[in-house]
Amino acid sequence: MKQVVCSNTNQIRLKMGKTLFEKIWDSHVVVEKDNGPSLVYVDRHLVHEVTSPQAFDGLRINNRKVRRPDLTIATMDHNVPTTDRGLPILDQTSSIQIKTLEKNCKDFGIKLFDINSPNQGIVHVIGPQLGITLPGSTIVCGDSHTSTHGAFGALAFGIGTSDVEHVLASQTIWLEKPKSFEIKVEGKRKNPHAVTAKDVILSIIKNIGTGGGTGTVIEYSGEGITDLSMEQRMTICNMSIEAGARAGLVAPDEKTFDYLRNREYTPENYDFLVNYWRENLKTDSDAKFDKTYTLNIDEIVPQVSWGTNPGMTCDVTASVPYPEDFAKDDMNQQKAAEKSLQYMNLKPGTPITDIKIDRVFIGSCTNARLEDLIEASKVIKGKKVSQNVRAMVVPGSQMVKKAAEEIGLDKIFTDANFEWREAGCSMCLGMNPDILSPGERCASTSNRNFEGRQGTGGRTHLVSPIMAAASAIEGHFVDVREMDLS
Amino acid sequence: MDAFKKIKTIVTPLDQVNVDTDQIVPKQFLKLVQKSGFGKYLFYDWRYDSNENQKPDFVLNDKKYQNSKILVTGDNFGCGSSREHAVWALQDYGFSVIIAPSFADIFYSNCFKNGILPIKLDEKTIDKLKIESSEIEVDLENQFLRTSSEKIPFEIDPYKKKILLEGLDDIALTLKYENEIMKFEKDSMIPSVL
Repeated sequence: MKQVVCSNTNQIRLKMGKTLFEKIWDSHVVVEKDNGPSLVYVDRHLVHEVTSPQAFDGLRINNRKVRRPDLTIATMDHNVPTTDRGLPILDQTSSIQIKTLEKNCKDFGIKLFDINSPNQGIVHVIGPQLGITLPGSTIVCGDSHTSTHGAFGALAFGIGTSDVEHVLASQTIWLEKPKSFEIKVEGKRKNPHAVTAKDVILSIIKNIGTGGGTGTVIEYSGEGITDLSMEQRMTICNMSIEAGARAGLVAPDEKTFDYLRNREYTPENYDFLVNYWRENLKTDSDAKFDKTYTLNIDEIVPQVSWGTNPGMTCDVTASVPYPEDFAKDDMNQQKAAEKSLQYMNLKPGTPITDIKIDRVFIGSCTNARLEDLIEASKVIKGKKVSQNVRAMVVPGSQMVKKAAEEIGLDKIFTDANFEWREAGCSMCLGMNPDILSPGERCASTSNRNFEGRQGTGGRTHLVSPIMAAASAIEGHFVDVREMDLS
Repeated sequence: MDAFKKIKTIVTPLDQVNVDTDQIVPKQFLKLVQKSGFGKYLFYDWRYDSNENQKPDFVLNDKKYQNSKILVTGDNFGCGSSREHAVWALQDYGFSVIIAPSFADIFYSNCFKNGILPIKLDEKTIDKLKIESSEIEVDLENQFLRTSSEKIPFEIDPYKKKILLEGLDDIALTLKYENEIMKFEKDSMIPSVL
């Protein structure tokens, strides 16, 4: 129904249709105030060991319980070792954090996939795999990459520990309504193996900047997005936070519904829900976004980051930029680029493909799902990792690991001298023993190239799984479009 | 949470854009299970060299700033990880006001849960503040800063202002809406996980 409302500028206008984000938002507002934040209901709360201990402590101090343990799921991922699970955890502080989560889940009646569970894995990998992630739902987790779940048409975002406590206690959260931002990816990829979802999202961040999405929820649309598989869409939504966005989402379609069917925790009334979602979870044709950005997927080539934030990225065919070319009119950004180049020990003008690497990390909530490993294995089969490189694969979950082993991927990787590990966040953030040594340079499929992220003094270059795998073989970055990927 | 009081100190200028939470508190310090004691890890890799000696060129190591409670910095402060440890570290170190042209969303929201006031001002004003050597006053109640030469107003959401000024426990406030939450749950079509 259309009605007349006043816009901010006090001009009378016809109310337009709603965006997908607005529909999910509206259907989850519990309390709305004239000015200020709304109280929003949370359908799914995912918990892990690093950002939850202080939240459970807060509940205890105030004698509060978890309101909806049945909507809360926990796992341990950030600092679990990825070596033999039968061995004790040597790092005492990690061990305490892991035991603390076990105790908290027991005390508060929360389902936990612990270190020995076949369902253990990175929280954003297991949510969809288990059918816990659902279209049209609101999902939070004390982790910024919660935006991953938006690939299923959920409104999913990271929160801090105080809000973790708030959600545990009330199953709600106070939120200012974000603005809506449509990123349209048009066209078709000429070479879908070489130009991946990772290259698409890195291109987007390169173009709109690491603050380009601040205060917004991004809806990714267009043929370039609908063509992608669910796992690829997760890679895109995952890195929305790297553009500063509160969340990123994709309208669900038949691929979405098929992916979630018959998972361990798929709801019993799934078909009924799908019928509802199919009708309702899309942006109305007359809806208006607060902001839009369009790019063409066939202009995108493999990407490599060169600096210390994900916006500092360029085409594999390019050279390390000069700070004054990177940010023409912005002195602050130029200064940042200079500092980054110094940290990365890179000279402007160096061709990207001349940059030699020491380490390769294939893993993280961005790129450690089965499809990522299959794609990476394409350039490895029958080859060996360069002698100067140490390379590892850390599957995103124990389920991914098992599925990969069933089709022989572990053998392909280990034959090529890759290390094949147990599931966890691992060297994406280096909270466990998997870290770079000072000065080491890594081709990484993770999401952040911040200073010291993968280890103090470590140098991270963000790339797709196939780019990481190819660079492991060659010892430097290569344009995978030039390789035989059949 | 303690109520936010009027403060008056010199500012610490951190002249950088896109300061991420990995820099504010590096990952090796995220394994603690309490909220206190993170101040010593604030900007750890920028403050200390590999032998844990202070790096003399980093601003926080300049004794001049040791009693400053106001950090003035660049665009997109607090980007990256949602780790609230970043805010705990800033607060434990002694900062109670952070002034920047823009903040990352999660970080911004985390500040209010821990008694830190993040203030957004335009870059021109911030450039002036960065070189202000005398004390500046921050008055949240009346929403202004006062430097030696001018009074600078700032905007803040009224609900967030109230939370800070009164040091409120927002969970207790939320639980007053029990009836509304229960009604919502009755009508919700998203089923339990288990």
